[in-house]
Amino acid sequence: MKFAVVVFPGSNCDHDAYHAVTHVLGHDAAFVWHKETSLSGADVVILPGGFAHGDYLRTGAIARFSPIMEEVRRFAQAGGPVLGICNGFQVLLEAGLLPGAMLRNRSLQYQCEYVFLRIEQTDTPFTSACRQGQVLKIPIAHGEGNYYAEPEVVERLERNRQVVFRYTTAEGAITPEANPNGSVRHIAGLCNEARNVVGLMPHPERACELALGSADGLVVLESVVKWGRESFLGDSRTDVTRDRPQEMTPDPISVR
Amino acid sequence: MRARVFVTLKPSVFDPQGTTVAEALHTLGYAAVKDVRQGKYFELDIDARTPDEARRIAAEAADKLLANPVIESYRIEVDTATAEAVTR
Repeated sequence: MKFAVVVFPGSNCDHDAYHAVTHVLGHDAAFVWHKETSLSGADVVILPGGFAHGDYLRTGAIARFSPIMEEVRRFAQAGGPVLGICNGFQVLLEAGLLPGAMLRNRSLQYQCEYVFLRIEQTDTPFTSACRQGQVLKIPIAHGEGNYYAEPEVVERLERNRQVVFRYTTAEGAITPEANPNGSVRHIAGLCNEARNVVGLMPHPERACELALGSADGLVVLESVVKWGRESFLGDSRTDVTRDRPQEMTPDPISVR
Repeated sequence: MRARVFVTLKPSVFDPQGTTVAEALHTLGYAAVKDVRQGKYFELDIDARTPDEARRIAAEAADKLLANPVIESYRIEVDTATAEAVTR
């Protein structure tokens, strides 16, 4: 599978994402400068963390005008999987590809720590290999991750099952202490109505190797590979290919 | 012509910075300060013929960029003194 990692001036987790995709996951990735107008045939788009355009005005507010964002929008509207991590999530919010906005953390501090995330939905490209209720230990690093949306928007998100990740304890419990930044309903990540655009504040790409403290984030990237394989094969999940030995399963998209 | 745009968090949105500033003021003894809302302030130097035109352009700029309508609202003042100075 081919991943595009968009690079804005001020992105600083672009190499983390590239490393996780290529060296850990074993797939292809290419950096795409924000002034580009093509995603060069990528199967997955990652908007990485960092401080695009210095976070001037508001986080993500200037990045949404970058030329590549038109192409990202087109890719998303065509159903392509898009993952916004941290600042990338903030860019998706400002671009209107996901609903809501970020406020300053309740603590007013830039918080750099491990948190626990509970998987709320597994029918998105980035959680398809997860178990419902699975708890991941993943780091956050942000000053503005206090998710906010109007109450009726939050209700709609809940009704449509668009809340994909929630901050919980290690046991998966919702407690005030488990919410690091004050996000409404403990929302750490969500998807759009079509479910192909996902954004989250924690950094799964920084938690893909045990040597770095946790490998829990890898399942997010593995999910999109699984999702891609299944969507390329169409109905094959329910037909005979299901009973074939693992190594016989056709894998047209991981040719690399 | 100069337009001043004041962007603040909507009343319904919690403002942790404003709250912290209010607490600091209380520590200084300003019990009379009941609440603080922190915001952003922009001065736009606009090439417009009338204050109404300047206001319209500033409002468009605020809608599209200066404010995030999800969490913020804005107020615009057009500096008519400058307007007169320019038209004179």
